[in-house]
Amino acid sequence: MTEIHALSGAYAIDAVDDIERAAFERHLAECAECRAEVASLRDTAALLAGTTTAEPPAALRDRVLDGITTVRPLPPEVPTEVSTEAPAAQPVRRHRVRLLVAAAAAVVLVGAGAVAVTQPWKDETAPLAATEQVLEAPDAQSTTLEFPGGASATVTHSDDLDQAVLQTVDMPPPPEGKVYQVWLDQPGKGMVSAAVMPVKEDQVLLLEGDAATATGAGITVEPEGGSTAPTSDPIALFDFGRSA
Amino acid sequence: MDQIRPQGDGAPFPEDGVPPPDLADLLKRAGRADEKAFAHLYDATAARVHGLALRVVRDPAQAEEVTQEAYLEIWRTASRFDPARGSALGWLLTITHRTAVDRVRSADASTRRDTSYHQQNQPVEHDTTAEAAQASLEAHRVRSAMGTLTEVQREAVGLAYFGGYTHTEVAKMLDLPVGTAKTRIRDGLIRLRDALGVGS
Repeated sequence: MTEIHALSGAYAIDAVDDIERAAFERHLAECAECRAEVASLRDTAALLAGTTTAEPPAALRDRVLDGITTVRPLPPEVPTEVSTEAPAAQPVRRHRVRLLVAAAAAVVLVGAGAVAVTQPWKDETAPLAATEQVLEAPDAQSTTLEFPGGASATVTHSDDLDQAVLQTVDMPPPPEGKVYQVWLDQPGKGMVSAAVMPVKEDQVLLLEGDAATATGAGITVEPEGGSTAPTSDPIALFDFGRSA
Repeated sequence: MDQIRPQGDGAPFPEDGVPPPDLADLLKRAGRADEKAFAHLYDATAARVHGLALRVVRDPAQAEEVTQEAYLEIWRTASRFDPARGSALGWLLTITHRTAVDRVRSADASTRRDTSYHQQNQPVEHDTTAEAAQASLEAHRVRSAMGTLTEVQREAVGLAYFGGYTHTEVAKMLDLPVGTAKTRIRDGLIRLRDALGVGS
């Protein structure tokens, strides 16, 4: 049993911090044994919860049932998440996703995500040819990660074009007075600013900088206007899968 | 005696003769925006969801918010439920627990610290705040299963699950070496699982 495996029980009942959760979820993606164990321990915990029941007030039922009428259920997960329209789309290689959620940011994302209203799937204004070229490049590789509240972000990079594109879906707004800033991880230089994200839930954004040399990308929460270097822990890290 | 499994039999009182609703089916329909199915799902599970929320956050007003938030999340993500990865009730309560834990670890961290001394000096398995302790056969069996755990396992599982504490915090509360509480939690849950015949 590996060290990380020992975390299965604590993970199953949320007795882990955000860093441990991210680490264990990376492990889960590769360990069927742990996935089965977590599922069985969660079902066990559900029985534990059954020892304490409490009828909620009747008014809560009305609030819940009223509340859902303005919320669109998410579509089921399907294997291909990017370039679904491209005929004979290139297979999208999914790399191991590294997701680190800073505690404060996670609260914002969860809170905002829970009340997200229906968003038209496509409301991208004036899609740029440059982003489409990257998304449809034969060597394009995508990494998608989901935030706790249901938002998702995808970074697609093409080494042939030296460029990368960030796509977000249902992205909640950043905290008041803050922005999301995107970075490319450049060997020898560290995180180099690649874009400040406009406040928009669904967007397609071309990243500045040489994506062909970058080993990954990250998103941080920064003061309005952006920073020259990250000033907070990343809320998301995308690994481009280049072996060192 | 049938083994107790949360699969599909989420009705709190299965002994009343009414066939319990199929929660997995209700969830599936909710994923297709079937509000009526979701209302049935709520009725079948609200006492458990709210009971867990109340147990973790303790404050009744906040527990209501957690319950509402959890159901909203259940509605949004119903189509992501995968029966191959556990029971429908387990999935619902996992979302509820995560929502409750996020709540106690964020905005109210400071307030909650004030009551933690009192809390940690009480036997964990005795609920002091719940509205109702369910006297059903199932609850009785769960309590019996809890009795098969070592004291440290029982306390570690209780503090982590009902207290919403991380295993690192639990280690400190129980004077365990750092890194060993997670093992106690895992061992305790596995022993409970085997005693209750979950997932077999």
